[in-house]
Amino acid sequence: MLDMRKDIFADERDDNLNVVGKGMQRQDMPGHVTGRTRYFDDHAFDGLLHLKVLRSPHAHARIRAIDVAAAERAPGVKRVLRGRDVPVNKNTLLSLIGFGKDDEPTLAVDKVSYKGEPIVAIIAESEAQALAAKKLVRVDYEPLPAVFDVEEALKPGAPVVNETYPGNYFEYHERFDHQKLRFGDVERAFASADSVHEHRYQMSPIEHAPTETNGSIAAPEQNGRFVVHSCAQGLFFALGTAAKIVGVESNRLHFIGGTVGGGFGGKVDTLTETLAVLGAMLTGRPVRYVLDREEEMLYGSPRGAERIYIKDGLMRDGRIVARSIRSYFDAGAYTRLSSYAAIKCTAHLPGPYWIPNVASDVYVAYTNRCPSTAMRGFGVTAVDFALEVQMDRLAEAAGIDPMEFRLLHAYRDGDMKAHRRVAKNTALIECVQVAAENSRWPLSEQGKRQSSLSGGAGERGQIPATVLDARGQIGRPETRSSGPTQTLPAGTMRIAPSKRPVTEGARDGRAAPTQVPRYEPARTSPPSAPPPYQPAAPVYAPSPSYQPASQQPAPYQPPAAPSAPPPAAPAQTQHGATRFSSVFGTRRR
Amino acid sequence: MARYEGRGMASVNYPIGMNLGGDPSQALIHSNPDGKFTVALSAIDLGQGMKQVSRQIAAETLGVPIEDVYVDTADSDTGPHDMGSFASRGTHRMGNAIIVAAREARGVLLEAAAEELEVDAGDLVTDGRGNIHVRGAPSRSITVKATAQAAQFKQGKTIAGRGIFLIPLSAVDAETGEMNPNTDFAHACLVADVAVDDETGEVEVLRMSSAYELGRVINPRMVEQQLVGGAWMGISHALYETPEPYYPDPAHGPRDFNEYLMPGPGEIAPYDVTVLERPAPDGPYGGKGPGEMCANPVLPAIANAVYNAVGVRVDELPITPEKILRGIRANGGARPGPRRGGAGAR
Repeated sequence: MLDMRKDIFADERDDNLNVVGKGMQRQDMPGHVTGRTRYFDDHAFDGLLHLKVLRSPHAHARIRAIDVAAAERAPGVKRVLRGRDVPVNKNTLLSLIGFGKDDEPTLAVDKVSYKGEPIVAIIAESEAQALAAKKLVRVDYEPLPAVFDVEEALKPGAPVVNETYPGNYFEYHERFDHQKLRFGDVERAFASADSVHEHRYQMSPIEHAPTETNGSIAAPEQNGRFVVHSCAQGLFFALGTAAKIVGVESNRLHFIGGTVGGGFGGKVDTLTETLAVLGAMLTGRPVRYVLDREEEMLYGSPRGAERIYIKDGLMRDGRIVARSIRSYFDAGAYTRLSSYAAIKCTAHLPGPYWIPNVASDVYVAYTNRCPSTAMRGFGVTAVDFALEVQMDRLAEAAGIDPMEFRLLHAYRDGDMKAHRRVAKNTALIECVQVAAENSRWPLSEQGKRQSSLSGGAGERGQIPATVLDARGQIGRPETRSSGPTQTLPAGTMRIAPSKRPVTEGARDGRAAPTQVPRYEPARTSPPSAPPPYQPAAPVYAPSPSYQPASQQPAPYQPPAAPSAPPPAAPAQTQHGATRFSSVFGTRRR
Repeated sequence: MARYEGRGMASVNYPIGMNLGGDPSQALIHSNPDGKFTVALSAIDLGQGMKQVSRQIAAETLGVPIEDVYVDTADSDTGPHDMGSFASRGTHRMGNAIIVAAREARGVLLEAAAEELEVDAGDLVTDGRGNIHVRGAPSRSITVKATAQAAQFKQGKTIAGRGIFLIPLSAVDAETGEMNPNTDFAHACLVADVAVDDETGEVEVLRMSSAYELGRVINPRMVEQQLVGGAWMGISHALYETPEPYYPDPAHGPRDFNEYLMPGPGEIAPYDVTVLERPAPDGPYGGKGPGEMCANPVLPAIANAVYNAVGVRVDELPITPEKILRGIRANGGARPGPRRGGAGAR
């Protein structure tokens, strides 16, 4: 099934490591296969209460009144929670890293914006009692017109899904209704192309369908703290979100997790922890909130659908001279992580190919469906589908074999990418060659000779003069079709080039910066010599950056004031948000 | 009526770690008095193997046997901050944090051993089997266990290390989209063979083969399970899954696995994977990570194979029998494309 091609890129690697590269059994495998591994729901508590939420049956409705009196009197019910019981009843997930406006309530107050939106939480002695009491809640709805199509949602006059973003789009940089990518002059290139190919692609929403549904158990500890057994994919992400919403310092929450029954992105949203913690605080008892399979399927936040339009300019010889993309992320009713995915998508364009003129407009649109969220590759998976079907179409139009067509356009070391950074460490060509070989898909001799190491850079490594525009200004849909504003000179860069990754380690209380773990193969021949592959020396020498101290004991020095923080207490509700300049979206103030 | 075979391909790359950076990971490592190490993290193991990847990287860097390292995750009281297990970031971000922490702990370990052996710590190496010896003189050695006991009870040293890895957050230019999104990319090319029935519109995936470049492979068996499992998800995305079959019409809404279509055991296709390793300069031992991308090339490769088989382009996922039959009817019948390559994969 799995085959390693150690001969390729062999001179960039040494293969003499002791442990890394070995197919060893996982430390947790015996527990998994014998059913003894403990997940969040395998923790028993005396006096455990169960929480269930009442969800909206409407995709869009005003809430006129909520009557919980009968539910509160129902057998076994300990507490009924409404929006006003939630200390900070508006949040957006990325507020933890400082971006986006709080737009989503934990429990809806005066309006619901999707079918399944939580309105009331019932905490009872048993799940059955909580479910029975749920039926006794009376909500008076006034249904509103709903919008389900991303492009319809962006039209003036569409129903407003999310009052925080009244145009039904995420606002980028406090300026635009979309994120732009501009590289060269696509319009001029289309005019000069032999043919132009434009197609529409549609990704489906997808359910994560983890074996273990979302859930958590929160319980009071003896010291004013609460322990939370969680299935979160980001432990401190969930802790920070819960601390913010229930209005406590982060160190009053003790999150335990790390062993999760499948996530795929569906356990990033902190769907249950917040209400479980709030329930435990208000009842003084352990509270378990677990989605059942139907809730997980319908309301557990899916992969968002994306609609993608690709327009390519093609020459008769097969060269793509321009690629323009318009894409719409269906965020559902609230932002969650869609704003991030659109930026990731922008960075990914135009795919792993070198194309001299590229432009894209990526929108995040709000619709009256369950908020979508992260799912395996989101921001890339859907656009890869669109790009690769489009490449298949272009290859056919150019009369070139699809494999050869990929080799013709594949990006190589030294090529300039559309987001204005130079490609390095590329390997698309070699993957195409090996896949062709394995499937006995014939390649030309010229195709077999291509390499990611050569043929890039030079002219392909330059930033072209770039046509800019101010289309799609926030609140001004009439600007969506306005013309160019200026041409940015070739070579222009506006964002500081990537800083090197940083690391830090210390001992004996003295701050001592360590080297960034930079992987370089141990070479047995001088690097100046032509690099024929030779197996590296048989003895593994990890060459630690640590320099042993002199044999004389160092005199005691108190830790320097600005040295690293105590390592075990990094949790802050706002993870360094104030350090960041504006990245995208609206900066939190 | 007939079954038509077709073949399609796709090639992709995938960024490693959170887009724009700003996603730190921390690690703490310490030894007990017998030279057995614990790696304390708050990383999440979703089944992908985060614990084992962490364990192998820690053992490699410390220079001790794998059995002498266990990973403890995730407890917010003992495991330092980590952004989380998403964005294909675990191996790269956490792996680097572990290397930093393990180098520091190893430094103390060698210093303690040097004191016992009365040599310079710079002359010491580990053999990966629990011994520390003078380079070139294996007889002048001490066990990791004896070193840890001496450090704890004689020398008063903590064999411990801490590490963080952070790629500083990048801004994004509003007008050009200029940014520093990430430092590493993994790569793949996948070939899918399908059969399409022009009477029922059903697609059967006959076999797939692929080449993935993932930087250094930390554990090939776990890479295999990621790539094979992800390919299954890719087949599922391409041909079956949707909660809203007539999107954007929100109708349907599956409530369980009877109503939500996914491939069963009968739909699993033989799949051959070949892995290439071009080490990432800033990856742990050159590692990148196969986490998310393993489903991505399957979707377009199957769509392209369906087109090759019957001449129907389905540009809206999933590729259902209904969409294929409507396409065949609109074309006035199946239109098989050119045959590509020899009979089947390896």
